[in-house]
Amino acid sequence: MLISIYRYNPETDREPYMQDIDVDMPEGKDLMVLDVLNLIKEKDETLSYRRSCREGVCGSDGMNMNGKNGLACITPISEVAKNNKLVVRPLPGLPVIRDLVVDMAIFYKQYERIKPYLQNTTPASGRERLQSPEDRAKLDGLYECILCACCSTSCPSFWWNPEKFVGPAGLLQAYRFLADNRDEATSERLSELDDPFSVFRCRGIMNCVSVCPKGLNPTKAIGHIRDMLLSRAT
Amino acid sequence: MVTSVLNYGRSGVHDWIVQRFSALVLAAYTLVMVGWLAMNGSDLTFLQWQGFMGQTWIRIFSLLAIVAMAAHAWIGLWTVATDYMKHRGLRVGFLGLIAISIFVYVVWGVSILWGF
Ligand code: SF4
Repeated sequence: MLISIYRYNPETDREPYMQDIDVDMPEGKDLMVLDVLNLIKEKDETLSYRRSCREGVCGSDGMNMNGKNGLACITPISEVAKNNKLVVRPLPGLPVIRDLVVDMAIFYKQYERIKPYLQNTTPASGRERLQSPEDRAKLDGLYECILCACCSTSCPSFWWNPEKFVGPAGLLQAYRFLADNRDEATSERLSELDDPFSVFRCRGIMNCVSVCPKGLNPTKAIGHIRDMLLSRAT
Repeated sequence: MVTSVLNYGRSGVHDWIVQRFSALVLAAYTLVMVGWLAMNGSDLTFLQWQGFMGQTWIRIFSLLAIVAMAAHAWIGLWTVATDYMKHRGLRVGFLGLIAISIFVYVVWGVSILWGF
């Protein structure tokens, strides 16, 4: 199978280039994209990419495979390869450090900005803050995010304004804390988001929903945040 | 909180509501105009047209539509410019042109509507 990989080593290359590699695929076995990268790395140690758990839990190996973002470790070759060819590129829109490794600083900065932790100054009544099963259920589809950045780096609004638009991943987490009945900072959180960029740059393109390897729906969470902002303003 | 001085209302919710409301006004205005033209259009005379446009309600409605167009165009084009124009000077120049054009349209529209 022909694998075309984005290569860039700032120490030796003047510009990035695509390297075509013919990989002998083992018979009768469907590999994950990460397995194929590992096969290539056995022959060429200079190929760089991030990976850790290799089972879709850590969120390290987000990359762009045949034009669609996803986690290489849980994306079967049979699912992405077209005409026996696979093009692998780093996540779009972020600065490339080397090969498939991108600089995620701006992504984390937006995550940090939404204060991704419970804010509550009332002393807990018992040993912990209990939640009813109904209140807990409101966090389903929100807390599962592994911050792989597949969504935010597939979002044109995030490409154009990564400094100002929080992006789908950050906004999903913003709503995770807005929806949590144990959090007391709802109004401060909303005030932080009520500008024309942070939330409202979402144009409902829904690339985030289509790529999320965890099957989460950031667009829906953004809609909830917008509703909260609207009902607060009217 | 991201701050920006050039947008319409400085609040995302505010812009969002104005954008939707002005869209509704413009849609209603378009329907009325197209509807009226469809009913009277084939052998329309200047007097008929003037009579229609001279009625107080259509003047008020037209003024509302002009104001809605101004707000809608500004919010929309400000958004487009801040998405795609990364060069600050270019963006400010573009928005300046837009602001002047919108202003001209409003003043001109008002003078046409209420000047005769
Ligand atoms: S919402 Fe999905 S795609 Fe986005 S960072 Fe979280 S797990 Fe990744």
